[in-house]
Amino acid sequence: MSEPTSGAPLSTGRDRAPGPDREVRRIGDRVFRGLSTGSGIAILVVLALVAAFLVWQGIPALTAPLDQLQYRQPFAEYVLPFAFGTVWAAFLALLMGVPVAIGVALFISHYAPRRLATGLGYVIDLLAAVPSVVFGLWGIGVLAPMMQPVYRWLEENLGWFPLFAGPASGTGRTILTAAIVLAVMILPIVTALSREVFLQTPRLHEEAALALGATRWEMIRMAVLPFSRPGIISAAMLGLGRALGETMAVAMVLSPSTVISFVLNSSTNPNTIAANIALSFPESYNLGVNQLIATGLVLFVITLAVNMIARWIVSRRKAFSGAN
Amino acid sequence: MKISRLGATAAVITALSLGLSACAANETAAPQGGGADSGLTGTLSGVGASSMASAQETWTTEFQTEHTGVTVNYSPDGSGAGREAFAGGGADFAGSDRALKPEEAAADALGNSRCAPGAAAIDLPVYISPIAVIFNVEGVTELNLDAATIAQIFSGKITKWNDPRIAAQNEGAKLPDLNITAVHRADDSGTTENFTEYLNALAPQDWPHEPDGIWPIQGGEAAPQTSGVVDAVSNGTGTIGYADASRAGDLGVARIKVGDSYVAYSPEAAAAVVDASPLDTSGGRSEHDLAVRLDRKASGEVYPIVLISYAIACEKYQDPKTAELVKAYLGYIASTEGQAAAHEKAGAAPLSAELSGKVADAVAAIS
Repeated sequence: MSEPTSGAPLSTGRDRAPGPDREVRRIGDRVFRGLSTGSGIAILVVLALVAAFLVWQGIPALTAPLDQLQYRQPFAEYVLPFAFGTVWAAFLALLMGVPVAIGVALFISHYAPRRLATGLGYVIDLLAAVPSVVFGLWGIGVLAPMMQPVYRWLEENLGWFPLFAGPASGTGRTILTAAIVLAVMILPIVTALSREVFLQTPRLHEEAALALGATRWEMIRMAVLPFSRPGIISAAMLGLGRALGETMAVAMVLSPSTVISFVLNSSTNPNTIAANIALSFPESYNLGVNQLIATGLVLFVITLAVNMIARWIVSRRKAFSGAN
Repeated sequence: MKISRLGATAAVITALSLGLSACAANETAAPQGGGADSGLTGTLSGVGASSMASAQETWTTEFQTEHTGVTVNYSPDGSGAGREAFAGGGADFAGSDRALKPEEAAADALGNSRCAPGAAAIDLPVYISPIAVIFNVEGVTELNLDAATIAQIFSGKITKWNDPRIAAQNEGAKLPDLNITAVHRADDSGTTENFTEYLNALAPQDWPHEPDGIWPIQGGEAAPQTSGVVDAVSNGTGTIGYADASRAGDLGVARIKVGDSYVAYSPEAAAAVVDASPLDTSGGRSEHDLAVRLDRKASGEVYPIVLISYAIACEKYQDPKTAELVKAYLGYIASTEGQAAAHEKAGAAPLSAELSGKVADAVAAIS
């Protein structure tokens, strides 16, 4: 029956231990803590195992003399065009996909009537369920023939611009077409995540902006986008991860060569690492397999580097980010 | 509430049972033993070329129907994978788009394989496939091309369909002023190897590259696998490519110049060029090894762009049971019934009677 004296601080249940240094813990707490720690460790272990496999299987290709290799090139020379192609295709896909995804997410979260918003959300998520092979078939059957006249027009009218210079592809299977397919594939991921982040914007900020006389677009620009920027970057990085690693769709849609080329509308395009592995693996043997796995290691490193950069950007604005 | 909960459970159970019963229905019924059941039992495994994948499917089905106790598994992982698996002991026989080199077929390279020690490997031609030069140009249904022109098209020296070099061979054809898009295989392929071998043999000044499974020229349109090439040619405009003839569908197929006349592809013409070619007798091959050195310059009614797929087997196996199964299976494949079945279902060119007989003799010597 003691009342807190005027000088004693108000203490919460956790600070005040019932005995010397003993926290109240029940079995359930311990089990759950163990499970979550275990899951965290398991993920790290799996990642470490994958990295170890890539390194262990890739090293023989890096250290063997040239004449024993199946693909007779020094490794850096072999993998450079593929690394370039991977990054270039993913960059184009992000360039096209992220603005559209943000637009869709903004529409769902701030502009659309409630019922349309939920319906649209379901439809976008459905896009994520389409297998990548189906995207590949759609790419070669529908998109490429559709883009082919566009490439011809670009070559005829804008051929002076280096990106559109090449002899226009007769089938439309260029890196730009592949990037469009990739953009469609990353759309659901980026849209879903961005939508969640936009919905997290504090209502107070939005109402304050509107109260000051902002239009809806100005409110979004002032209150929603700055708040959501780390979340958007996070979403874009997840989309980038998918674009970097996409195999079947690119293998089917792209007409590959082993060159480094920026031209968007010709038949001669750089291949991506994942698509190259898919194409070469069936006929590879001995050290050729190791070489392909070593290129997989390069892709792993690229993805890791890009993700680390993204995380660093996000962490700089940690205070602002509601998504954390 | 209770009714909707019950309804939900009932719906899930119905969906599951419908789905799972569909799975059960897909299992092929055990073949009702047709033909003499010779009492052969066991499993035979083969790995190799994807070019004869559909032929192998036909053959395994027919063989298993006739010999109900035998299971034959052919895994079309690729010629390289097949030769590796055979030499490493992972398969009883291999399918390959090129014959083993003499040093690969020698007994000392086969230490890990399923061959008896000291036994060499033999190559048996079992699948002849004409490689068609397919094209898709509006308004053009027939095209006559000779080796030099084809080489120039595929190496990019001829860029337009109405080029005089093409028009000269095609009187009366309305060739449009359209860019040529030449499609080649993006992956390492026996089809590419045979096609480039043809070009190198007949047009060395326009095609100086060594025959290889990987396309030697940088650039140009590339598509994965036969289906990719056929799709690319069908969906594009002004496209030309090379692919297994059985998959050409209704695309236009070019006639190839042999001697002074133009020959369209046909199974007989493809088999004729194999007959006109000598066996490869370069040092060290076993006497039953039937590796063929294709003479692509042979004259007559021959279609020179062909792909020969070989079945690679041991002359003597460690396990006599395996030898028996291999003999029976390869013997069936090379027989007239087997070749006719492959021709009907997979579009292959049947081996001529003479070659079929030689293969049968070689198979009979397997022990």
